[in-house]
Amino acid sequence: MDLSSIITGLAGVLAAAAPVIFAVIGETFAERSGVINLSVNGTILLSAMASFAITVTTNNIFLGFISGMFIGALVALVVAFASISLKQSQVAVGFVLTLMCRDLAYFLGNPYMGLSGERVSSMPIPLLSRIPLLGPLLFTQDLLTYLSFILIIIAWIWIFKTYAGLMLQGVGERPAAAFVRGANVNRLRYLYTILGGALVGLAGPTYSLSVKAGWKGSISGLDGIGWIALAITIFGGWNPLRAAFGAYLFTLLQWLGLILQSRLPDIPSQILQVAPFPLMILTLLLVNIGNTEWVNRMLASLPESFRRIIARILRSLRASSPASLGVPFEQE
Amino acid sequence: MTKSLLRWINLGFIGGAILLALLFTILVLIITGAPPLAAFRHILLGSIGSFSDVLVAVVPLMIVTTGLLATFITGLWNIGIEGQITMGAIFTTAILRFFLNTHVSPFIVLVLAILAGMIGGGLWSSLVGLLKTYGGVNEIFGGLGMNFVATTITLWLIFGPWKRPGVASMAGTEPFPDWMSLPTIRNLRLSIWTLVIALISLFIIYIILNGTHFGLKLKAVGKNMRAAFLLGIPTVRLILLSFIICGALGGLAGALQVTAVYHRLIPSISSGYGYMGLMVAMLINLRAVWIIPIALFFAALNIGSIQLPIMLQLDSSLAGVLQGALVLFVLMMDGLRQRLMRRS
Repeated sequence: MDLSSIITGLAGVLAAAAPVIFAVIGETFAERSGVINLSVNGTILLSAMASFAITVTTNNIFLGFISGMFIGALVALVVAFASISLKQSQVAVGFVLTLMCRDLAYFLGNPYMGLSGERVSSMPIPLLSRIPLLGPLLFTQDLLTYLSFILIIIAWIWIFKTYAGLMLQGVGERPAAAFVRGANVNRLRYLYTILGGALVGLAGPTYSLSVKAGWKGSISGLDGIGWIALAITIFGGWNPLRAAFGAYLFTLLQWLGLILQSRLPDIPSQILQVAPFPLMILTLLLVNIGNTEWVNRMLASLPESFRRIIARILRSLRASSPASLGVPFEQE
Repeated sequence: MTKSLLRWINLGFIGGAILLALLFTILVLIITGAPPLAAFRHILLGSIGSFSDVLVAVVPLMIVTTGLLATFITGLWNIGIEGQITMGAIFTTAILRFFLNTHVSPFIVLVLAILAGMIGGGLWSSLVGLLKTYGGVNEIFGGLGMNFVATTITLWLIFGPWKRPGVASMAGTEPFPDWMSLPTIRNLRLSIWTLVIALISLFIIYIILNGTHFGLKLKAVGKNMRAAFLLGIPTVRLILLSFIICGALGGLAGALQVTAVYHRLIPSISSGYGYMGLMVAMLINLRAVWIIPIALFFAALNIGSIQLPIMLQLDSSLAGVLQGALVLFVLMMDGLRQRLMRRS
């Protein structure tokens, strides 16, 4: 493999990570406010199908993207309404929605299967795209990929550097305290769940109109990606920068898997396709194991110098969820 | 308010939820330009016409949901149930292959194969339980990951060590000889034994959960884990046990799919029954006797909707849309009822 094909491959990784980043950052916003939106997998499938279908019928790619985001926001609204206003389990509602949206996507998308449609075109940035190495890597992408770069930074600044973000953190960590400070806890939770849902909904058209253009029903290869996004949200410790790192790592590994597959034809292709999932368990284990009681007990019995090193490694990996994630707030 | 009035209000809200789910599905059909009445008629006629197939489908669904009661009562979401079905099927297939060229009595071979399936499912779910209790990995993600791993192992076996003589294919492994199958009714696909096994499992789990001290402790863990722990209930052990019970029943369902339905290992051996079982379990909300009618209804929808692509060129996933809408609206109407009750 020569340098230019590596650069092309890596540029492809950055583009393929864009939908994952939209979904992960959307979910990060929702969970930061205290609401788990478990419907991500179904939402991505439904918004991918719908935006493709709408683009094919109206010939307007912009309308396709809008409809994808609208569907994501709508599904999130159902999650928010059922969990915040009706006090039902977020997990139950999200899980049913994820299954139902998937079936809806397959049912409604049936007539659009295999049709050819428009797709987002590449948009090299003048001047910057001519920089050697970095140009073809970062500045010869499509609009969505640029948007994903910007979103990571905006989301990070929003959560950690603004007053609104401070309130968002408060609503997810200590809603009662945030309420006393004048935050309308449940309204903020609605707001961020819907905003997050719209971002998750943007992931769908990013697939069906760009990264994996088209709609092929159950063999579109999108089923499962939403669950990965949920896992990356945890891996990312509800921090957009770390979450983006997780998304890039995941897409990079997928790409390496594809290369490996062409080099080792003896391995059935199905195995490399599902390789991310065991990996997901492993990363979640690494992120969470530092929080468990028995590990801390075992650490305490180790000799001091050794203990300090292991504790530091575990602490750097560890991620703790917002304290009130999934807990309803009685606002009276 | 009197008790009977509350009961009627309750029924009214459930009726409303069913109505909303039907309206939603009709809306979906209208969007695709399909005739809603014709679609429902084909589903109904299809399920009546192949009622024995509905019973074939209801067996794994009932067994899986029965198992899920054991995890629901402890407040756990065993999404890994799909993988546990698959692992059960793999273990059963392994035992059947082992006895392929022997002359052991079919009865013993089948009993061993089914038991192996239960062990396979139990082992697989205990991994999810261990990841949760000792690794801090939420059972939803642990289970989901394990589902994909189980599918990978199935594919690897079908395309690798257990491949058909000649060419391996998605059609699965070489079918087992007739003596390795549970006897079926004449030329139907249904084996009465599987129905009996499903009913016995439901009965046993019902007794364990509602009539034993062990069941009571599981309920305590589900109601308030911290309080149960402080009262001296070994929560970690109980969580693991409820996973193992559920996994063993998932494995049983997988074992029966191999020995009574497909007579071989196929790539999608769990056929989504695990996820469907989770929906049934949500609907019945721990009332075990309701498993039978609801599982029958869900199975009938699935079998009936096979007619949709044939008769109306529609996708058969409409069944899933209706099932999902039903669970969703029942959950929402229940929330609405409680909210209104609190007000008044």
